[in-house]
Amino acid sequence: MSVTLLSRLQFAIATYFHFLFVPLTLGLVWLLAIMETKYVKTGDEEYKKMAKFWGKIFLINFAIGVVTGITLEFQFGTNWSKYSEFMGDIFGPLLAIEATAAFFLESTFIAIWLFGWEKLSKKAHLISIWLVAIASNLSALWILIANAWMQHPVGYVLRNGRAELESFSAVVFNPVAWLKFFHTVPASMTLAGFFVMGISAYHLLRKNNLSFFKKSFKIAATYTLIAALVVVIIGHEHAAEVAKTQPTKLAAMESFWDTQKKAPIYLFLWPDVKNERNAFEFLPIPGALSFLAYQSFNAEVKGLKAFPKDERPIILPTFISFRVMVGLGFLFILLAFLAYLKRENIENYPKLLKILLYTIPLPYLAIEFGWTLAEVGRQPWIVYGLMKVGDAVSPTISSSQVFISVVAFTVVYTLLGIAAFYLIIKTAKQGPEN
Amino acid sequence: MIWQVIWFILWGVLWAVYFTLDGFDLGLGTLMPFLAKDETEKRIVYNAMGPFWDGNEVWLITAGGATFAAFPKTYAVMFSTLYSPLLLILFALILRGVSFEFRGKSDGETWKKIWDGCLVFGSFLPALLFGVAFANIFKGIPFDKAGMYHGNILKLLNLYGIVGGVFFVLIFMMHGALWLWVKSEGELSLRAKNMASKLWVAVLVFAVIFMGYSKFATRLWENYFNHPLLFILPLIAVVSLIMVKLNLSKDDKLKSWLFSALTIFFATYWGVAGLFPNLFPSSIDPSASLTIYNSSSSKTTLIIMTVVALIFVPLVIGYQFWAYKKFIHPVKVEDLEY
Ligand code: HDD
Ligand code: HEM
Ligand code: HEM
Repeated sequence: MSVTLLSRLQFAIATYFHFLFVPLTLGLVWLLAIMETKYVKTGDEEYKKMAKFWGKIFLINFAIGVVTGITLEFQFGTNWSKYSEFMGDIFGPLLAIEATAAFFLESTFIAIWLFGWEKLSKKAHLISIWLVAIASNLSALWILIANAWMQHPVGYVLRNGRAELESFSAVVFNPVAWLKFFHTVPASMTLAGFFVMGISAYHLLRKNNLSFFKKSFKIAATYTLIAALVVVIIGHEHAAEVAKTQPTKLAAMESFWDTQKKAPIYLFLWPDVKNERNAFEFLPIPGALSFLAYQSFNAEVKGLKAFPKDERPIILPTFISFRVMVGLGFLFILLAFLAYLKRENIENYPKLLKILLYTIPLPYLAIEFGWTLAEVGRQPWIVYGLMKVGDAVSPTISSSQVFISVVAFTVVYTLLGIAAFYLIIKTAKQGPEN
Repeated sequence: MIWQVIWFILWGVLWAVYFTLDGFDLGLGTLMPFLAKDETEKRIVYNAMGPFWDGNEVWLITAGGATFAAFPKTYAVMFSTLYSPLLLILFALILRGVSFEFRGKSDGETWKKIWDGCLVFGSFLPALLFGVAFANIFKGIPFDKAGMYHGNILKLLNLYGIVGGVFFVLIFMMHGALWLWVKSEGELSLRAKNMASKLWVAVLVFAVIFMGYSKFATRLWENYFNHPLLFILPLIAVVSLIMVKLNLSKDDKLKSWLFSALTIFFATYWGVAGLFPNLFPSSIDPSASLTIYNSSSSKTTLIIMTVVALIFVPLVIGYQFWAYKKFIHPVKVEDLEY
């Protein structure tokens, strides 16, 4: 296998794994902050118990997020050195700012929060969890700005054989970055909300700690409903932006081959990539794709055939990811709405509780599919329109080296993943200490 | 250009702060089995590092990020030529990082032994490899103009590299033992102190060997003879090391540790200043060497990064200092979190 292919594989393993843990961190931390705020406001010890119990799960999950992030930070240098040289002038500062502005804050105050229950005043302790919440979401913002630049490069000039920074504010206020942020963060909140509802459901079905888990459930239900709605609303805006900035991705995610006006969306279709058409397509919504992309039913949408073959992304995963993500998005709204309606006496709805318990993996699925769409759909570009992946890889590393590291990543991450899920499930099942 | 010089200085500071801070928890992690005799003592060791290790490690992320931001070409060539050792360090840090959180969350002898092993191995290996890597950077790495590396991981394990590695491990262990002396009480604390005293001798011996050997293996001292004012850096390092011993015999825990911190900071800076204006010298083709001039970012980026550093670095130092002050007291059995 080539160094490029192996490096892609390694990067994919490392980021997917990192992002298996990141969303729960991003979403759950706000819930912890809300719970502890309630504790400080009402003095009700049960809320303190809640912050501690969900906090324990949070910390196990957080630890994995932290350690797997470090490898990502260095992989741009190890595996993508040509890329780093080419756009380090823009990309480097974003990573450095993320570390100085966010990681320090987060790592320092999460430790203060964990070790400070007895050492700090209630207020100072509460502030530390809010700082962690702000900092972790801030770190997401900076890394998403970096990623958005690869999706839609702005604010640069080509000079001295590389992309040099021309306008920092253009990079920071890249609309793609903010869409990503306001799509990814609510997606993470949705995930965390379903996580808390699901674990609470497990205990409510067994009638353990009824009051404790009902309270947890109630907070999570409201939170999830709001987040799930925002995800879909911003997701729509996001798709419209993709149409403008990455026409190849839009065509791939709808498996749309021939350029036409009044482009429809088919509720059911299946791509036939070899013959550059769809194997079947039915139930069209006329003009929907034109409208989605350009807010006009008559607009022309470019099909895949309008682009040379070597500039098209891999169609099938892009297409499937989008469909599944959108489908799940509507399912989440429905479930969150039901949970919200019944939240006051949820223990009387065992069927719903069971469904919610088994829903826990679905937001994970949606999120990983979302990234698949964003990243696989960007191929073959590493920086859309500027640099291809094949030109980005380190020329100096050997495939045997990378092969060994891919194997090492696979083994270490598999074992870590098992240990982490074992601990999370164990801790979740145990319930709060009495 | 002045901005490149500023970033060279900051680049050195970031690495030096990283080694100074993470140094004690890497060292203490390595020493754990030699100092802690039973389960309670082990937990005290974990808790002595608990509130700090992640905040310390972020200095590494920042040093890496700053290299990327200010000297992207150095970042690219350095980390791709040092591919295997760097990934080994990262894997070690992964296993070590999770051991804090994971160890105490389940019962069973084997479970705890596994994570203790990860802590020790994950602390020792980075300490050693950072030393080996930095010694080799001081010496020059065999890469050509295309950034192609002519060697393998074994080539890094030359005598000078190994001396550098051992020196790092020893000084980190001393630093860690002193930290445990500060952070514990009774017999454990005393054991830590005795360990630190013993290690002090070894550190002194290796410091002399390493600095002397550098005269022959590297060009680090050239800058010093050209600009004698720079001798202040190694001087502070040496004086601080002596102060460690003095404070050890005076039983002043905190001062011993602080002087040990100064030793590490200035010993690192001694090497960094010797490199100037190189960041990553080539041993086979001087014209391939990466300097602050041929590998830097654009002026715009350097200025933006300077503003960012001026705002955030003092803030970070401020709240980290506060956190250290809050948790400097010895760990008591009733406040064990792990
Ligand atoms: C800051 C930049 C950045 C960020 C935030 C992400 N990625 Fe990415 N991703 C890259 C930068 C990147 C990259 C360096 O540009 C890669 C490596 C090779 C490539 O084509 O793009 C890449 C490739 C890449 C691939 C392989 C695509 C292929 O080769 O076909 C996958 C599956 C992902 N990423 C998944 C993710 C996930 C799950 C992320 C969520 C955290 C994520 N990426 C965030
Ligand atoms: C490839 C790109 C990425 C890199 C280089 C990266 C880097 C890192 C690093 C170095 C850490 C550890 C920080 C520490 O020690 O405290 C980390 C953790 C984390 N990252 Fe990532 N990350 C990437 C992708 C993402 C994305 C896309 C998000 C969110 C949308 C994200 C959010 C987080 C969060 C919430 C954590 C949890 C722990 C922490 O921040 O300390 N990361 N990441
Ligand atoms: C109707 C619903 C949705 C629509 C229309 C939508 C739209 C999109 C689009 C167009 C992208 C790709 C952006 C790009 O390539 O730059 C994307 C990415 C993504 N989606 Fe969705 N989405 C929806 C629901 C969801 C749900 C329910 C989740 C998870 C709970 C989710 C999580 C993600 C994530 C994590 C990404 C990658 C990050 C990003 O590019 O923002 N999405 N979504």
